[in-house]
Amino acid sequence: MTAVGVRLPRLEIREKVTGRARYIADLSRPGMLHGAILGSPHPHARILGYDTARAAALPGVHAVITGVDIGEGLMGAFIKDEPALARGKVRYVGEAVAAVAAADEATARAALRLIRVDYEELPAVLTPEDALAPDAAIIHEGLADYFKVFDAQCDGNQMSRTEIVEGDVAAGFAECDVVVEGTFETQAQNHLAIEPCGALAEVDEAGRVTLWSANQSVFRVQANVCESLGLSMSRLRSMTPRVGGGFGNKMEAHVQPITVALALATRRPVKLILSRIEDFEMIRARHPYKIRMRTGARRDGTLLAREVDVLVDGGAYGDDSPGVLGYSLLMARGPYTIPHMKASGRVAYTNKLRFGAYRGFGNPQTCFAGETQIDEIATRLGLDPIEIRIRNAMRPGDAWFGGQKVLSNGLVTCLEKLRDAVGREHGGDAAPGKRRGIGIAACAHISGLLATGAIVRLLEDGTVMLNTGAVDIGQGSDTALAQICAEALKLPIDRVAVAVPDTDGSPYNWGTTASRVTYTTGRAVVAACDEVERRVKERAAALLECDAGDLELRPGGLVGIKGVPGMEISFQVVSAVSHWREGGPIVGANTFVFDQATIDPKRAAATGLPFGRIGVYSFCAVATEVEIDEATGETRVTRAWEAVDVGRAINPAMVEGQIEGGFVQGQGYALTEEMLWDGGRLANPSLMDYKAPGPLDSPREISTIIVEDPQPEGPFGAKGVGEIGLVGVPAAITNAVADAAGIRLRRLPLTPERVLGALLER
Amino acid sequence: MTVTFAVNEVERVIEADPSETLLEVLRERLGLLGAKRGCNQGVSGACTVLIDGRPMRGCLSLAMNCAGRAITTIEGLAQGDTLAPIQQALVETGAVQCGFCIPGVALTAHALLATNPDPSMDDVREGLAGNLCRCSGYVKLIDAVRRAATARGQR
Repeated sequence: MTAVGVRLPRLEIREKVTGRARYIADLSRPGMLHGAILGSPHPHARILGYDTARAAALPGVHAVITGVDIGEGLMGAFIKDEPALARGKVRYVGEAVAAVAAADEATARAALRLIRVDYEELPAVLTPEDALAPDAAIIHEGLADYFKVFDAQCDGNQMSRTEIVEGDVAAGFAECDVVVEGTFETQAQNHLAIEPCGALAEVDEAGRVTLWSANQSVFRVQANVCESLGLSMSRLRSMTPRVGGGFGNKMEAHVQPITVALALATRRPVKLILSRIEDFEMIRARHPYKIRMRTGARRDGTLLAREVDVLVDGGAYGDDSPGVLGYSLLMARGPYTIPHMKASGRVAYTNKLRFGAYRGFGNPQTCFAGETQIDEIATRLGLDPIEIRIRNAMRPGDAWFGGQKVLSNGLVTCLEKLRDAVGREHGGDAAPGKRRGIGIAACAHISGLLATGAIVRLLEDGTVMLNTGAVDIGQGSDTALAQICAEALKLPIDRVAVAVPDTDGSPYNWGTTASRVTYTTGRAVVAACDEVERRVKERAAALLECDAGDLELRPGGLVGIKGVPGMEISFQVVSAVSHWREGGPIVGANTFVFDQATIDPKRAAATGLPFGRIGVYSFCAVATEVEIDEATGETRVTRAWEAVDVGRAINPAMVEGQIEGGFVQGQGYALTEEMLWDGGRLANPSLMDYKAPGPLDSPREISTIIVEDPQPEGPFGAKGVGEIGLVGVPAAITNAVADAAGIRLRRLPLTPERVLGALLER
Repeated sequence: MTVTFAVNEVERVIEADPSETLLEVLRERLGLLGAKRGCNQGVSGACTVLIDGRPMRGCLSLAMNCAGRAITTIEGLAQGDTLAPIQQALVETGAVQCGFCIPGVALTAHALLATNPDPSMDDVREGLAGNLCRCSGYVKLIDAVRRAATARGQR
């Protein structure tokens, strides 16, 4: 192989190191105006009226719009409950209430301060417990009438309820020699892509809109804007420049609908870029969870039963919450064969910003609880933490919770390689006043979901244009897909160009999410290349006067007769003939929707699960070494190891980058990152007060171990790696803290105060 | 008011409002878009530029205070098509993901290597402490700086 498995620099690397890469804030159009958004000061209030006259009269202001100007449209991935601008009510502090387009940003922001909105404050519901109390104020009075894409089981402030059952938990627990039980709490984490959200919209003379934005799916942007503004999809073209990071926050809508509404109101191009504080207050975050879990095992460490119930804070709008709930429950068994399982949960609306997709999608939360309990059982039974995991690990061919067969499974290899790498260094020699320990966790994560496509065009000179509509958010999918395409057609990588995602010209791609692009879009690329190969051979057979079946692709863009060296012609000749004489231009295309069922009704029963076909599985084992300062409670990660089964590493350097970056984001989640609310208002919406890991916080060493257990239908065997590196990290860190100091923390993050408190209580 | 300074070795005379930051002047008046607005509070480091060779926050530096100074932005780091050692090392290590933090990281590292040609790992971690990256986990960024040091030493 010359393209797959190679550490190629990413295709756009030079523009990124020379400052020429263009992100949304760097774009401009002639006559462009600047937009700004007025956020709600109240968590829950009725809007009685607006006075926008003073703002509109400010010199330089071109338009002031509110919820009354944008029609009745609602958007939402699972439940269509969200307007582009608040209508009738506001449901969280920071919710967009009005927007201004002006000659410059300063004028737009000055105009915001002149807008008067009359509110009647309503009781704010700030926790899921309060939201589900019988007398709670109702956040969405129209919930029953909203359009839903699944059987949501909503009621009052309950957004959705899901339950999955396999086996018989009561009977399972009756057979257990040891049972551990606990309540776990996780916090809201901000995505903190270094690029804040933004968009730029322009309307042409025919009323058609062109929209650029920082996003993870040009197609979800198109759907959300059109649904919320009542536009037909054919009237909106959605594109993306380079994206400055997206970890779920740029998948569903952010400021795109408002930006388009301003452009339609002014008939001028409008750019709207959020400040960091607005990005914190207005967009989305990782769901806070409360998890009750019970796990039981036989004396020999064989896991027999687990029961888990979760309560999820969904925030003010549905967004991806029902999906996150359902997915976290499907992951609640972990990558083990536990025969008796019951997983249930509810997600509640609250008067906080909407919680949504964030790298891991609910898996880090239930993994934190589950991997803690595996360690507790190991401690109780005197078993080694890696041994107990190997003993219970799913083997190739075993079914996932719910019944889906999992063919590619390198979990045991990951655990064995991790054991070899970490060695037997438990404890180590900590400095005086410090305690050192090592913790383990194992996990799996999907790659898959929904629709994708690829179009591979042979250009006149035999080079290739690859067009998938998949957005490269920095993780490197443009490069990985080009490598897959080059390998499939045996071409040098520099003969493959990747088209920018554009809803006008790209095939549908649901999005860069669910660790899915390499696996799903890669499959479509391989299938499209197969079609190109078939047509190249068909044309070459006529030129070489042989049977197409006797032809083979040769490295460097050649097609030749098998067994006859020298009898070959170039893609250039084939393509020129196809363009100008016979056969027509050669185009290969493929689309599909992921179709392996998640629930096998013969094995499991599920209610309220918002998706039936989720994906294939990557596996991971992670270890961390931590050092705790006994005087302050500060916990530092000194070393880390992650072994990940990715099926096949298309670009090992980029796979390592995903694992290393995932680790440090997971470390922030475990140790320092927490969005805090003071009443209904976010108390720390800035980088001054919200502590994400910097270079000095990252471990001095992260050893990545790539395991390759090929996925049979995956592109060259590949599976996803985008999220899995983060998922097990909180559990590995809390298990290391338990190893170091004998304290068991069940609430994230592990702030010095919490660690010190636990040390003192020992 | 009128301010004169050198940007990437070219003298520039601009009319700037006293409250305008260097970041605003570079991006909006001079069209140099490499420096990014990550937080506008001096924390992310995405707006870092060199003022007389020292890494400074573009968002916290008032343009009028830069009169007579020499500013280097990411656009001025390469010599024509030849990348600076830190840029070349970032290419070779695969350290770059989304790229939004990279102009600031590259300039900070460039300045570090100018004063400390053979930095230890701790020197590099310390040197980059003011630059947030949410993609890389810093491992390959730190590798890149040390690789650039080696390459500079061999020139």
